[in-house]
Amino acid sequence: MSVPRAVVEKSKGLRAWLLQDVPDSITQARVQRFYLAWLTFRRNPIAMTGFLIIASLVVMAAFAPLLTATSGLEPQLEDRLQSASAEHWFGTDGLGRDIYDRIVWGSRITLYIVGLVGIIVVPVGLVVGTLAGYVGGAVDTVLMRITDIFLAFPRLILALALVAALGPGLENAVLAIALTTWSPYARIARAEALTIRNSEFIMAAKVQGASTGGILFRHVMPLCISSVIVRLTLDMAGIILTAAGLGFLGLGAQPPTPEWGAMISTGRQYLLDQWWIPTVPGIAIFVVSLGFNLLGDGLRDVLDPKSAE
Amino acid sequence: MAEAASARQQAAGPSVSSAPLSTLKAFAGLLSSLLLTFIGLTAITFVIGRVMPADPVLAVVGDRAPQEVYDQVYQAMGLDRPLYDQYWRYLTQLVQGDLGTSIMTARPVMDDILRFFPATLELATIATLLGIFLGIPMGVLAAVHHGRWPDHFVRIFGLLGYSVPVFWLGMVGLLIFYANLGWVAGPGRLDVFYDDIVPSVTGVILIDAALEGEWEIFWNAVSHLILPAAILGTFALAYIARMTRSFMLDQLNQEYVLTARVKGMSERRVIWRHAFRNVQVQLITIIGLTYASLLEGSVLTETVFSWPGIGQYITRSLFNADMNAVLGGTIVVGVCFVGINLFSDLLYKLVDPRAR
Repeated sequence: MSVPRAVVEKSKGLRAWLLQDVPDSITQARVQRFYLAWLTFRRNPIAMTGFLIIASLVVMAAFAPLLTATSGLEPQLEDRLQSASAEHWFGTDGLGRDIYDRIVWGSRITLYIVGLVGIIVVPVGLVVGTLAGYVGGAVDTVLMRITDIFLAFPRLILALALVAALGPGLENAVLAIALTTWSPYARIARAEALTIRNSEFIMAAKVQGASTGGILFRHVMPLCISSVIVRLTLDMAGIILTAAGLGFLGLGAQPPTPEWGAMISTGRQYLLDQWWIPTVPGIAIFVVSLGFNLLGDGLRDVLDPKSAE
Repeated sequence: MAEAASARQQAAGPSVSSAPLSTLKAFAGLLSSLLLTFIGLTAITFVIGRVMPADPVLAVVGDRAPQEVYDQVYQAMGLDRPLYDQYWRYLTQLVQGDLGTSIMTARPVMDDILRFFPATLELATIATLLGIFLGIPMGVLAAVHHGRWPDHFVRIFGLLGYSVPVFWLGMVGLLIFYANLGWVAGPGRLDVFYDDIVPSVTGVILIDAALEGEWEIFWNAVSHLILPAAILGTFALAYIARMTRSFMLDQLNQEYVLTARVKGMSERRVIWRHAFRNVQVQLITIIGLTYASLLEGSVLTETVFSWPGIGQYITRSLFNADMNAVLGGTIVVGVCFVGINLFSDLLYKLVDPRAR
């Protein structure tokens, strides 16, 4: 990760500030750390490919109104089942809706799903894991037993049963996925908390009279976040595939929502004659989950050089 | 999956206490964790089935039933009792193999599952076998040629395998190999005119047909099975190859491998007799995990290929609001899942002398 001195001295301005040997402030030190990680990350072509894919997904979702001509929701029956053309890049579906437009709008739903699952799963995993690791004893035993039970479950089947009870829908699918994915995060956070527990700065905080909750939230959890985030990135592909699978079975987002899995499901009947209708959304799912896998692999290499072979 | 495997490997580290006692202890530990997992699994299915639906009675009698019928069913379902009592009754029924009656087929859920399960078993077994027989050599090859094209191929293949939606791959496979090329048979387990000719002994058509000597039916079943099994097997293959690669890399960097090479042993002998021997034990866990996850993961493949297995049974019941069938299926798959993992743990302990 070291940068040759000559390079530092030659360049001026922002880059020099970013690479200054001895930072002047805490902010500078923090920004520098990210910058150095970025430099390593940038050298890894696999990780960069993943990053570019996910960045394009985000851009696509953010500028969806500018990138599309229609909302992708209203049927236009006179245009149905058209093949790819200059007007309809990926053709049109059974109700004459432009498939390209629906893919673009669907990127918002994909991001919504992974974002929401992440927002639920990370805090739950962090709280359970750090509490178990830091407090130890009976709390640890009980919490980890519960975690193990969830870890031992068949995920997709459990998600199916949950959606069956809650009723089909995007939010319920997200909830079901979150309920079946939080457990590995608790395990990771616990392992981290176990090593942090005995460090001197925790002792110092204790001596100063900090409460257990304060120590957990202010000192232990922030240090566990990076490994949890890496794991989340690696899990994103699985989350997308599960969500798409639930959508495909008709248990996730309901029509006319342009969710990619549901698009494959409704396009299935046209497979033999208009193959592009179910195929294009599948490629979209594939590209995005590949992007997350590549990004996750790259992030792991950057943050944990030991695991890179 | 990976961290479960590594946790297991840590748990199975060398022990210093006397062998029979530690084996007994380990066995007791496994049994208690199995029991706990089972209780957890049933508690969750109980909550999903009896507590979460707004009104479980309405789900049974429908919303136009007269009050007397409603009350009768309410009593019959034991909903007037406290929750822990209900759970206990649920558990005792379960242990006796009573999963309730399916609303859709009006038969005991257990009978239905016994009828549908062999199809899933057949599919998952063939897929796992494909994964083992192709994945292990691929992984070894990648590790031996570390950093060169076989290695890159396995890494890229693994990434693709992890990223592609299985139901989509199944559809594209049908489009190409069935509709366009005509190499394989279409959805279902057999062509319609072969249905119900062979008496069902095991429920696995390949075995039943072979037992009867009906080779025409056997090959028809193979032709139906090969595409879904190959597609499901791709995931087993990707995972097994990737794990084999990383285990082999660990071993090939060890000093005993260097010693063997210095002594002039042939490369083939070094790889297969020395390094691979030590990988076998770790692979057992991986194969167990793969098999268990394929039993579960076949849900989507079964839907695409109209494969009459347990996954399709669960999803179809789901759309008919047949909660008994859904939860029964969930429990059976869950028990298999946990059981296979336990079995691979035990096998691991038997094979690895350090873990005894």
